[in-house]
Amino acid sequence: MKRFAVFLFLVVTTGSLVSLQGQASSSSSEDRKAVKTAPKQVNETTRGERVFQQNCSRCHSAPQGFPPQISASIARHMRVRASLSAADEKALLKFLNP
Amino acid sequence: MSRLSLFMVSRLLKRMVLVAIAVEALNLSASAQNDPYVSGGAGFITSTKGGNTSYIPVIAPAFVAPIGDRLLVESRATILESFFPRGGNQSGYDHEHFADLSYLQADILASRYTTIVGGEFLTPFGTYNERLSPIWVSNFSEAPLIFSLGTMSTASSVGGMLRGSAASAEQFNITYTAFFSAASTNEQFSAQRATGGQVSVYFPKIQLEAGASYDRRLQDTHENFSGVHVWWEPAGSNLRLRSEYARGAHSLGYWIEADYRLAHFGGAESVIGRIEPVFRMQQTFRSAPDPSDGLPVANTTQPDFALDYRLPHEIRINTSYSREFSSSGNRNIWQTGVVYRFLIPAWRVR
Repeated sequence: MKRFAVFLFLVVTTGSLVSLQGQASSSSSEDRKAVKTAPKQVNETTRGERVFQQNCSRCHSAPQGFPPQISASIARHMRVRASLSAADEKALLKFLNP
Repeated sequence: MSRLSLFMVSRLLKRMVLVAIAVEALNLSASAQNDPYVSGGAGFITSTKGGNTSYIPVIAPAFVAPIGDRLLVESRATILESFFPRGGNQSGYDHEHFADLSYLQADILASRYTTIVGGEFLTPFGTYNERLSPIWVSNFSEAPLIFSLGTMSTASSVGGMLRGSAASAEQFNITYTAFFSAASTNEQFSAQRATGGQVSVYFPKIQLEAGASYDRRLQDTHENFSGVHVWWEPAGSNLRLRSEYARGAHSLGYWIEADYRLAHFGGAESVIGRIEPVFRMQQTFRSAPDPSDGLPVANTTQPDFALDYRLPHEIRINTSYSREFSSSGNRNIWQTGVVYRFLIPAWRVR
């Protein structure tokens, strides 16, 4: 229990310290940049982009590009891997291949 | 490469080709965006532990093929050759071959919120196994020390799994997983009889995820494994924090990892912006000897420092230094790797 408490303490402390830095900075991660240059121009406020950033890019960077004929396959794969709902899969597909 | 190695690789490839042929035969209603694809990573890794250097060329292709509107077949293999110094004061290098199917599963989209998975799948415990184990994803060449806790040495299960989204809203997202695995001693589909599951909740506004995992081995000595994970990406930052805690009957441990992309220096595609320093701290604690749980035999503390560089064209260079502190001896671990990520259509569906 003591070790678990130490683990939690480390998580919270480190997080708090870096959040101060994070708030002061203007951001754009590689994933967001990559998405902006992905297949076609997209509206950044779409649900699909939110789904992408909250589920896909938390684990891995966006691919630098891919043929449109596999976009639905990628969206379905992400639905399974990231436990997305059907609506999120549709939104993601629209974002990947509008 | 020995005859045995060639035999194993050819058998693995034959199985993947057979799956591909079956998928093509069944793929009658695919649309224009539903082509199967092959993705994954290929790399070359060097690892120096206590002065001994190993060289490991590796390729880990994943095959994904949708069938109709509700089915997905996916598989991932790992093929590598490890070259390592001969022991016993002998000069030169020996080599060892490894070829394995990490998973081969069929995913049925049963409802808007549930997917039924059957076959061999990655055991859903913690976050590393399912999310970070591909070589093109992970920041370090080696898995965390506690990786085998909960994943039960094979890291794969053979049986069935339910998974999906229990609730999805703008404020939070809850996901779940429940599985049962049969015991299997097949060379390519080895697994232990076990059951378990995972629940996690994600808060998009603060980009925080917390989850809990539990599973129980149901063969030999029955044993419970439990764990929690916390992931956090502070808003407006290029920093990612990931952490896991896991415990078994005779050992426990944690890792906490922070990586920061230097994108503020000229953008993510600039020379400096492609650099990604990573720090991981991990500790394991043992209460009793247990060779089956895969953790170090003595309490271990290991800080890992990495400097990764993302080159254009999906190439990444990983370098890391670790210092292992243990009552059984301290040692340095140096690792380097070049990894190429690929994503290509397998064939065009008619």
